[in-house]
Amino acid sequence: MSASLEKGVRVLKEMIDAPIASYFNSCVHCGICAEACLFYTETGNPKYTPIHKLEPMRRLYEQEYTFLGRLAKMVGLSKPVTDAELGEWQELVYNSCTLCGRCSAVCPVGNDIAYMVRKMREGMSASGHSPDGLKGAVTRTVNIGSPMGIKLPAVKAQMKHVEADYGMTIPLDMEGAEYLVMLSSMEIINFPEYLGAIAKIMRQAGKTWTLCSEAFEATNAGMQIGNSDLARVIVKRIVDGAEKLKVKTVISPECGHAYTALRWEGANLVGKPFSFKVQHIVEVLEEFRLAGLLKTEGMETDRLTFHDPCQLARRGGVIEPQRNLLKMVAKDFHEMPDAGFMNWCCGGGGGASAIEEGEELRLEAFKRKKSQLDAVKPKRLVTACANCRIVMEEGLEHYQMNLPIVGLTEMIAEHIPDPVDSK
Amino acid sequence: MDHLQLLTWARGPGLDLSLGVLVLGVIWRLIEIYGLGRKQDLSAPRDVAGASGWNTIIRRSVPPPGMFKTSPVSYMGGYIFHIGLAIVVFLFAPHIKLVQGVLGLAWPGLPSQMVDFVTVVTMAAMIVVLFDRINKPVKRYLSTFGDWFTWALTFIPLLSGWMAVHHLLVPYTLMLAIHILSVELLLICLPFTKLFHAFTVFGSRWYNGAINGHKGVPV
Repeated sequence: MSASLEKGVRVLKEMIDAPIASYFNSCVHCGICAEACLFYTETGNPKYTPIHKLEPMRRLYEQEYTFLGRLAKMVGLSKPVTDAELGEWQELVYNSCTLCGRCSAVCPVGNDIAYMVRKMREGMSASGHSPDGLKGAVTRTVNIGSPMGIKLPAVKAQMKHVEADYGMTIPLDMEGAEYLVMLSSMEIINFPEYLGAIAKIMRQAGKTWTLCSEAFEATNAGMQIGNSDLARVIVKRIVDGAEKLKVKTVISPECGHAYTALRWEGANLVGKPFSFKVQHIVEVLEEFRLAGLLKTEGMETDRLTFHDPCQLARRGGVIEPQRNLLKMVAKDFHEMPDAGFMNWCCGGGGGASAIEEGEELRLEAFKRKKSQLDAVKPKRLVTACANCRIVMEEGLEHYQMNLPIVGLTEMIAEHIPDPVDSK
Repeated sequence: MDHLQLLTWARGPGLDLSLGVLVLGVIWRLIEIYGLGRKQDLSAPRDVAGASGWNTIIRRSVPPPGMFKTSPVSYMGGYIFHIGLAIVVFLFAPHIKLVQGVLGLAWPGLPSQMVDFVTVVTMAAMIVVLFDRINKPVKRYLSTFGDWFTWALTFIPLLSGWMAVHHLLVPYTLMLAIHILSVELLLICLPFTKLFHAFTVFGSRWYNGAINGHKGVPV
């Protein structure tokens, strides 16, 4: 990747479309987006105002796409976007934005600011101003296959463990299976329970499923860093895998951004509609529940709450299914303030958790999640995103809060009875 | 040029000129913005009732849950001065007469005493939001010359109109001329300043609603 200011500016120009032009023209500098952003509310620093994070792009828009702006540029009345400026903006566009979209949900004139930041990242990355942590993650995903550097043998090793623990076969490269199950590195390394849970759930539902040796990683650091060319390479693997195995549905794992990358950006990245369906695991579970294919027994009796991953709920439209599923197994469930559509981000979405130098800010921003949790005082926290889970575990540890976090799929699977005919 | 000549110019050539710039400017700017187009979304849509551009155009007129208390001055001030402005501009009898003269359209107005009251309230709200802009760190940080300039562009017509009605400070003819000229300056600047949000706000809300509506999210 040879990055330069010229390339960055060219890419930024290409990114500007009618929605972005409309948004820039509509902003009245009311500052309400700041009140929706946890990086502003927890620091009080106005530089974290969401719309301000787009200032270089706004100026470029004016200079390139408006008559008066072009005139001002010609006579030297407007300052050009510089390399140093983009460098300065890196922190604002990456470390202090998780693409959670709360700003987009509140802007009175209707600006979808997260949409703009996503596009601005394309220019930032092309100009070379993206965080090293994300660059590393993308390089590893493209070259090795996953952002954490996990290769197929590691997946196979996990499969073996799960097979031994659960006494079930984990299918690999099974052609014609109904579901292709994707994983995130985080699940392969830290939460292998997920794979076991899937096996139990699928067995009960009587559905065929498979993993794919050429496409097991669902996360897409290319999308997070803002490099559509690399994001396309990563998505293409999944598309090829799904087409080769002729599956009906690809299941995005408990990972918010993987869902956005596959469900909403995927077809646009590869330039054609998918021949298969994409669902988040929570959507699949809800479908099974509605079809009577998901039966649980027993209830969790401790006080529980649920953290909505931004990309699943606010940016993905999946809000009720997780609550319906929780009702099946949780007796003492309580919602946090702002839960659901307006839930606050864990602070590490959109690739932010991969940015080492952003850690201090991330922990500062976590105070918002802490206050949401303090309002409910749960004994355990349930979520449906492995990245949220890791980020929140770090935050909880930092603030010395003893609160175990559990994945929803795994919790549901624990309540699935073993089949009577199994020994 | 005496006061009457100034008023005559403002009512004649001045009005024609400013309306011309307004109309052509708005058309030009709308083409400049929306002509950029956008790519078709190839992902499979999820249909959910209430998730569309049109819904968002309406829905965004009220603060989302929990937001009002974070910025009460922006919300209240915003409501009062926008609604007040609309009442003063469109429901004051002399304004309706002017529109009738230009377009031939007319509608019933409000009693002038009521319009007078609304004008004072609107100006008060504008002063409050101006102080809020100076006072609130985020707003101050975001503010540029354009924010102060467009505030003045909006405020002066209100103040001069109110002063003309009350025959304050300078002779009526001169104040009325100042009022009309200040409105004409506002019309000329509207397409090229942040005042243009009066038009793009609908497009922006629509896009946000449509883009997220595609995903089944009513925003």
